[in-house]
Amino acid sequence: MKDRIADIWGARTPHARDTPWPVRVDTHFDSSVSEGDVDRWVQSACVLCSNGCGCDIAVKDGRMVGIRGRAADTVNHGRLGPKGLYGSWQWSRTDRLTRPLVRDGNGALVESDWDTAMDRIVERSRQLLATDAGALSHGFYTSGQLFLEEYYTLGVIGKAGLGTPHMDGNTRLCTATAAAALKENFGSDGQPGSYSDIEATDAVFLFGHNMAETQTVLWMRVLDRIHGPNPPRIVAVDPRTTKVAEAARATGGVHLAPLPGTNQALMNALIREVVHNGWVDERYIEAHTLGFDELKATVEPYTPEHSAGICRVPADDIRRAARIFGTSERVLSTVLQGFFQSHQATAASCAVNNLHLLRGMLGRPGCGILQMNGQPTAQNTRECGADGDLPGFRNWDNVEHVRQLAKLWNVDPMTVPHWAPPTHAMQIWRYCEQGSIGLLWISGTNPAVSLPELPRIRRILQQESLFTVVQDGFLTETARYADVVLPAALWGEKQGTFTNVNRTVHLSDKAVEPPGEARSDLDIWLDYARRMDFRDKDGAPLITWSGPEEVFEAWKECTRGRLVDYTGLTYDRLRGGSGIPWPVNEQAPEGTDRLYADAEFPTHPDVCETYGHDLLTGGALSEQEYRAKNPDGRAFFKAAPYVSPPESPGEEYPFVLTTGRTAYHFHTRTKTGRSRQLQRAAPGVWVELSVGDAARLGVREGDLVRLESPRGAMQGPARIGRGRDGVVFTPFHYGYWDRPGTDGAAPGGSPSAANELTITEWDPVSKQPLFKIGTVKVVRMADATGPSPAPTTTASAPADPDGVPATVGGPGAEEREHPDACEPPRPPRQPEAPPQPPGSGGTTSTTGTKG
Amino acid sequence: MHLATYIGLQHAASKTLADSFRQVAEGHVGEPDVHSLCHTLARASDGHVDRLSPVAERYGEQREDEPERLHAEGLSGIRSGGVGLLRDLQDLYLLASFVDITWTVLGQAAQGTRDGELLDVVETCKTDTQRQLKWLNTRIKQAAPQALIATAT
Ligand code: SF4
Repeated sequence: MKDRIADIWGARTPHARDTPWPVRVDTHFDSSVSEGDVDRWVQSACVLCSNGCGCDIAVKDGRMVGIRGRAADTVNHGRLGPKGLYGSWQWSRTDRLTRPLVRDGNGALVESDWDTAMDRIVERSRQLLATDAGALSHGFYTSGQLFLEEYYTLGVIGKAGLGTPHMDGNTRLCTATAAAALKENFGSDGQPGSYSDIEATDAVFLFGHNMAETQTVLWMRVLDRIHGPNPPRIVAVDPRTTKVAEAARATGGVHLAPLPGTNQALMNALIREVVHNGWVDERYIEAHTLGFDELKATVEPYTPEHSAGICRVPADDIRRAARIFGTSERVLSTVLQGFFQSHQATAASCAVNNLHLLRGMLGRPGCGILQMNGQPTAQNTRECGADGDLPGFRNWDNVEHVRQLAKLWNVDPMTVPHWAPPTHAMQIWRYCEQGSIGLLWISGTNPAVSLPELPRIRRILQQESLFTVVQDGFLTETARYADVVLPAALWGEKQGTFTNVNRTVHLSDKAVEPPGEARSDLDIWLDYARRMDFRDKDGAPLITWSGPEEVFEAWKECTRGRLVDYTGLTYDRLRGGSGIPWPVNEQAPEGTDRLYADAEFPTHPDVCETYGHDLLTGGALSEQEYRAKNPDGRAFFKAAPYVSPPESPGEEYPFVLTTGRTAYHFHTRTKTGRSRQLQRAAPGVWVELSVGDAARLGVREGDLVRLESPRGAMQGPARIGRGRDGVVFTPFHYGYWDRPGTDGAAPGGSPSAANELTITEWDPVSKQPLFKIGTVKVVRMADATGPSPAPTTTASAPADPDGVPATVGGPGAEEREHPDACEPPRPPRQPEAPPQPPGSGGTTSTTGTKG
Repeated sequence: MHLATYIGLQHAASKTLADSFRQVAEGHVGEPDVHSLCHTLARASDGHVDRLSPVAERYGEQREDEPERLHAEGLSGIRSGGVGLLRDLQDLYLLASFVDITWTVLGQAAQGTRDGELLDVVETCKTDTQRQLKWLNTRIKQAAPQALIATAT
């Protein structure tokens, strides 16, 4: 029995390069239940991060009571992390929303029924559609936590029913840069690499990716290589001393801790070193890429010394990291929020793709790129058109792509909004602020805690001009501002599929009934579509399906011939064994472990998802400009100089603020905050200072400090941590729903949400907000009453452990690990002749149009 | 020589463009991307002013002789609201287009006089101007439908 709060990653099962990752089956039950009591096991995958661990849900007496990792799943080989073990179902019978809520005559939210609530929405919707603004008055802000079937339905309602371009997800905050960078370099979204690259690699570069906390099971996979023979070297780029950074030191790798906001300077120096030392694959560059000369010219000024000065890291560390990249036989790179949510996000993430193109390190075992996602189903928001993209990775600027969708949905192509780039989340909120959007439908997300500059967001949510619908499982901070609140069924209470970081599709079956009158998001949107009576151009109902499996079948048609090809999948095929990575079609019936084995990229103008952008400004290339490059199947190097961030520390605000997460919580804690174990492990907000800064400020462990930025303030007990000087860290999870002394929505006298401070700024290409830069001052408020509540097991470990109790699980945290329970599963074999070509977007199909 | 006049003209126009970008940046702080990118793009035009200075000095800048009608006018003032933003961006677009075509004119002349230094300046600066135009075009496209259709008058 193990305590997986204290031991986040569990027991090691070390193994050597090119051998399969052993199985270890992790199981945890509610303390009142043991394995023999379980009535049935229901197949699913975990939705508490983007890793997508396959699992089975234990059901007893119609309730979820336990969880077990699926040994047969290629994603996790049986393992689960603390969030999966202690946070998957523990929220299910707490303070759930069970009935729709509407405003009464006094403006109070009161319980109501579905007819009343939906009628209010439909009334408002019709009234706005009758104005000049038409569908431009409607905005949808969804999640990265619903199911594929729900996103696709929402996408069709928005794009073919209403015809609004104002649809996005909170995926804009977590994964938009991954998509943008993949599109810029390779022509289309679509993860090139696979988790199985970990088994085969010689070096892992983690760019702004604290994998040890954000995807704990993926980190177990890396740890099992590190602890085996011939371990890979780890290179960590992170301003904090994370477990990843510790591993970098232990494996003879490098920990680079650049000043937040300077990633692009670092990347340009790494690229320059690789080029100058001749560690490049000239044949690959010549045959499969465009733009090498421009890249070379752009990076030329970034000598290690020059960038070292900007990033404030040792120049020799840059040299060493470049040498590891340039000389290791196989390199795997992963990228996450330290890049995605920082200044020049897309440029720096493209730079990682550039490095791999320089060495031709793509599509082979151990040589991969994982532009990570944050949320479990973010990939589907991107695929299905529930965010700012067209379904099936189609290009909004390509009339033929728009025509394909219009044909599929049997609507006039003019209905499908494509006259301008789809509206990104931050711009949707701006239109709400300006009053031109009058209905905002928020599903499965909590912007009143997760968006930047919360004082502004709360103001917008309270505007008279804005009618807000919030669809959630709980009365979140955001729901408290809504005009109508709809109770949603959550994971385990509904059926659907979703796709993780490495394109693996899982089916999540319904284990139990939702509480009270709660309904799945799919059913809610189908109900809206029925009430609005959306029709196709022949007068038939626009949406013809009634359940998730029917939506899945319809979605498959939408993907036919595209890189994101689901046509070979069915619900039945997803039952019993492992999740399956797309594309799955006739050429690749078992699915596809990694893309671009043949170095054929989906960049043909008829196929690509974008014509590309200038990385510095986001200025879009026209179709003609793109065609003139004649990219046909070649990837692009994308170059950009470093420019200084929009806000730099100065006299008034001398520190750089970076916000982030801890291993024990997910997002705004709507689920994990209701898990006794997880909440106990990380019970409250903290403010992390470096040893040097704390000494200069006269702050000691646990002292109450206040952070002030030009936008707002928050406070928490100080953790004297192990970060670099000049940088303050605070986690973004802690809003107000469970905070005594507040109304559950706004800070009252003691603000705890990191986003009170953050800046309303976004990357020019991906439009992802910049949560990891911005400046603050630190004010000491009061003496400590004890050590800060920050976990000791993670990057937030104290610099001096003396007097700080170790983070451990409470009663009932016992978990069982069963190593080597069976033979490990194998990833899909690469087909002999790669699917036609993987990624070129299906040239033979009815919808593909490659010329 | 008319070339001297044109160099002076472009020198002044680049300064006007830089100032106008800054004016729009400060006039639309509620649009964070406009605010920050207009500042970035203003700096590019500042760079053009600097790069043109030695050339202008060499040719002897003749501001007073410039024909009035060749003057590039800056923005008269900032407009507010969605439509106001659109119009301000359009004004910047016109100004940047003027600068863009003037680089072409100067480039032709530089080749004619075999002035390598001027040609070098033109080639690097023109790329920046086209970046400015590309961004303006993208942002105008994005703003147009909402501003023209959905903004209450
Ligand atoms: S790693 Fe992610 S998907 Fe896997 S169990 Fe943990 S939270 Fe769930």
